[in-house]
Amino acid sequence: MSNIIEFKNVYKSFYTKEGEIAVIENLNLTLEKGKILGLLGPSGSGKSTILNMVTNLIEPTSGKIEVNGKIGYMFQKDNLLDWRTIKDNIMIGLEIQHKINNEALSKIDRLLKIYDLWEFRNRFPRELSGGMRQRVALIRTLATDPDILLLDEPFSALDYQTRLIVSDDIHRIIKQENKDAILVTHDISEGIAICDTVCVLSKRPATIKQTYNIKLTINEETATKNERTPMNSRNAPEFKTYFDLVWKELEVYAK
Amino acid sequence: MQNNSKGYQEYLRKQEKQRKSIIVWQATLLVGFIILWEVLARLDIINTFLLSSPSDITMLFLEYLKDGSIFLHIGISVWETILGFTIGTALGIIIAIMLWWSEPLAKVLDPFLVVLNALPKTALAPIIIVWAGTGIKGIVVVAVAISLVTTILSAYNYFISVEEDKVKMLKSFGANKYQILTKLVLPSNIGNLINVAKINIGLAWVGVIVGEFLVSRYGLGYLIVYGGQVFKLDLVMMGVVVLAICALVMYQAINIIEKRYKAKQK
Repeated sequence: MSNIIEFKNVYKSFYTKEGEIAVIENLNLTLEKGKILGLLGPSGSGKSTILNMVTNLIEPTSGKIEVNGKIGYMFQKDNLLDWRTIKDNIMIGLEIQHKINNEALSKIDRLLKIYDLWEFRNRFPRELSGGMRQRVALIRTLATDPDILLLDEPFSALDYQTRLIVSDDIHRIIKQENKDAILVTHDISEGIAICDTVCVLSKRPATIKQTYNIKLTINEETATKNERTPMNSRNAPEFKTYFDLVWKELEVYAK
Repeated sequence: MQNNSKGYQEYLRKQEKQRKSIIVWQATLLVGFIILWEVLARLDIINTFLLSSPSDITMLFLEYLKDGSIFLHIGISVWETILGFTIGTALGIIIAIMLWWSEPLAKVLDPFLVVLNALPKTALAPIIIVWAGTGIKGIVVVAVAISLVTTILSAYNYFISVEEDKVKMLKSFGANKYQILTKLVLPSNIGNLINVAKINIGLAWVGVIVGEFLVSRYGLGYLIVYGGQVFKLDLVMMGVVVLAICALVMYQAINIIEKRYKAKQK
């Protein structure tokens, strides 16, 4: 059972007063254990619909979706609550699930410490930078101990520099905490830099057009133990090749 | 904060000076107005029968103070206002929560609320007093009626305009409707609800005074309407001044609560 999430021939349509709109058609998708899967597609191609089906917020019209594990969701905006301190913000998921106990609290303390937020635990969100806030949002999700993370364009609200740093942070945290993840993005280089597999979606009705297993040669001196990070991935010789391939796939729709 | 630069200290001094000068002007305006009124009355330039004079009003106030009856009138009106304000605000917020809870209910009630909101509630006061009875009960119901519908509508609008993304965030943790209410909708709207309360203080006073005009034997509204009926304009003016002071005190009480809340936020 190495497949964490599996979509089999999923079809989804929405009903409106004007008629039936097919959003997703014949979609097959697999997320393997320990991997990060990227979904790249033109806007309005039903990326969010796919995530909503994973979380069971909506049901597919036909087809099968298998999810083996607990889901954690990370959004485009950090959605921190202004009136709660950083620590209380992180606790909200546990509060809702009535799971506050000593074990959970020490886990939160550990996460706060290793991800450099310990000194800020009693501060309020408005005192933190955008990148830090996004890190708090991830820890809030991790606090409830999910197996799979769904990242819905989590960096698109950040400025470019912060975005590169936060991608590195989030990638490191996901790998360290041994989570699997699906990353939805419209940024080609971000998708290639972070993900192990990139799926390019067609426009509506969306289906997988092409799947790329990203294999990069990381041979920088900066990389410890040849570890791959989004930052050094961008310097890998194959990076541009993948970028061009994906770009050509997507370009068709820009016209 | 000790090593402020000279320029900054100068800036602080200027700010303080400006603040003081505003207070001085305000006091001058008020005192000047009272003195002018008194002088014009003494010189018989204005008709004291119609406009009274500050000294007559003060004398009358002292008279009411001596036999203690002013406290009875103030006490009754303030009590009615506090009751009307509290019930109107609390009930309004509770109904707004119910509408937020059930969208179908909100949709069904929408046109009725809009009509009730547009209707001048003072027009209903005579009917309400017939139904609810005279005395404190009827007057409080009038005060509630005036503030209730606007409270429902504004609180409901605040509740539904909570960020959809934040609701989705809570739902992603499996939050139920009650948790969304207590962890997001209410705490994010405390500032807005304080504003609603501020408006309701004024509305509750309108209800109480209108109610007292109609039926009461006590209260500031009664003093004002009685003074008008017997052409004792001193009494009318005194009633209005005392009423203004009472309303101001209650408004300031809410202001202090708001300041405390804001200080806690910082």
